[in-house]
Amino acid sequence: MSSQVETFYEVMRRQGITRRSFLKYCSLTAAALGFGPAYANKIAHAMETKPRTPVIWLHGLECTCCSESFIRSAHPLAKDVVLSMISLDYDDTIMASAGHQAEAILEEIKEKYKGNYILAVEGNPPLNQDGMSCIIGGRPFSEQLKWMAEDAKAIISWGSCASWGCVQAAKPNPTQATPVHKFLGGGYDKPIIKVPGCPPIAEVMTGVITYMLTFDRIPELDRQGRPKMFYSQRIHDKCYRRPHFDAGQFVEEWDDEGARKGYCLYKVGCKGPTTYNACSTVRWNEGTSFPIQAGHGCIGCSEDGFWDKGSFYSRDTDMNAFGIEATADDIGKTAVGIVGAAAVAHAAMSAVKAAQKKGDK
Amino acid sequence: MSDTNLTGVEKVYVYEAPVRLWHWINMLAIIVLGVTGYFIGNPLPTMSGEASDHYLMGTIRFLHFSAAYIFAIGFAGRIYWAFFGNHHARELFYVPIWRASWWQGFIDELKWYLFLKSEPAKHEGHNPMAQLAMFFMFVLGSILMIFTGFALYGEGTGPGSWANSLFGWVIPVFGQSQDVHSWHRLGLWIITVFVIAHVYVAIREDIMSRQSMVSTMISGWRYFKDKR
Repeated sequence: MSSQVETFYEVMRRQGITRRSFLKYCSLTAAALGFGPAYANKIAHAMETKPRTPVIWLHGLECTCCSESFIRSAHPLAKDVVLSMISLDYDDTIMASAGHQAEAILEEIKEKYKGNYILAVEGNPPLNQDGMSCIIGGRPFSEQLKWMAEDAKAIISWGSCASWGCVQAAKPNPTQATPVHKFLGGGYDKPIIKVPGCPPIAEVMTGVITYMLTFDRIPELDRQGRPKMFYSQRIHDKCYRRPHFDAGQFVEEWDDEGARKGYCLYKVGCKGPTTYNACSTVRWNEGTSFPIQAGHGCIGCSEDGFWDKGSFYSRDTDMNAFGIEATADDIGKTAVGIVGAAAVAHAAMSAVKAAQKKGDK
Repeated sequence: MSDTNLTGVEKVYVYEAPVRLWHWINMLAIIVLGVTGYFIGNPLPTMSGEASDHYLMGTIRFLHFSAAYIFAIGFAGRIYWAFFGNHHARELFYVPIWRASWWQGFIDELKWYLFLKSEPAKHEGHNPMAQLAMFFMFVLGSILMIFTGFALYGEGTGPGSWANSLFGWVIPVFGQSQDVHSWHRLGLWIITVFVIAHVYVAIREDIMSRQSMVSTMISGWRYFKDKR
């Protein structure tokens, strides 16, 4: 790494990207982020003049699906550019260096860009057994994460693992996998941006990171720390099958007429109405499709604790009440049954007592 | 206001006009909310034909939201009346567990319902057991429903809408959207259980207790059947 800090533009040119491609990328980015055409110039200007912000990509307890999604970003141009911005620094899945050489990069970045690098975290730290369930470069991931988080400018929690805990944190969570914001605790003073999903959509990931690098600020976040531009609406709100929901046309069983006609999947447990994500607008694999379009309900993978909010095939899900698996309807119908039967029995008993009283007189 | 008319029947004015009006509007709102709510969570059999020919779920949801506004505004009005109405108007909103007399009355009423007493005590307002059920099931149940309900409503109206701004914070408190849906569904059953108990007990008291019950919520007057 040279001592002089490069701009984004210089990095891109060094990667062999032409100016024409660079300007195209700026227009695409402006459109993807929902800005007007005028912003393309602003983005180009920012990239030409601003020193590059390094991004460190750490991997904890995870399945690498976030990385897999990320490298499939729909606009290959955007992918190349973003990769050239970040991969040079540190990402143990896709970087060229390994071993001590790789770990040395972290130290160098931490020192050279103190308080000025973005820490992207995929996966989360397990805390049981002193963090031994996830070892990176000979020490627990929890230590590496805490160490790198100290001097970061901001943290991006990639995916449901880093954001909420995901499958490894599902009950009974044997390794005590803990999402990044909970691990760092309330005392951590840098912004943490959650980009949940299992995995998150590629364009959402590149969109968030490009926004941060280009505008040098974090995107506006909602109450739960997710970027509003991608997570302010539910799948249901923009679902192309929504007219069937409003009409009352549902798939009742997987092989029925409704399923063939593409009716709403609500009755077979679609979590679209309770899931905040951009799948129904951005879609997946270059905008080809998304789960509902493929005929299966949304499983709510970008929501907190979605593995424990089963079933995937019912809207009336397990409440984990009284230590048994029961849904609101199970509990409610049982209670109504008991109270109804008690009222009838009590009425009968009252009538008998009243008759006795009358007989006594 | 206590009065004795020419027939010698003792009567007390308990429920003022706004309370009575609220009670029956509220009853209608709860029926609409309960039925439409059940079918929102567990929709009717699928409709056939073109989607543009139907708007069944849309209509059901519209009825639910309209009734919810009536229910919530009515509840707010009822709280207002607790401050400005007579002392019976306040009975719904607290349970005086710090009063020995309340506990005495509660045990008395419990014995009457377990057939251990041949005659109940007379009550001008709510008996202690009724008060307990009203507070824990109806008042707290209604608050649960209003808060979770408007939080869910705010999900549809979106960020920046009044419902989302005022009640959006409820969702992370319960965990996530699906949890709020489950609790709102549980609330339906809490209110249903309350309604079953309430209607049964009101009719039974009307027949077997020493005072009028059902007609009191119509006329406002409580008539006592004896002078002991």
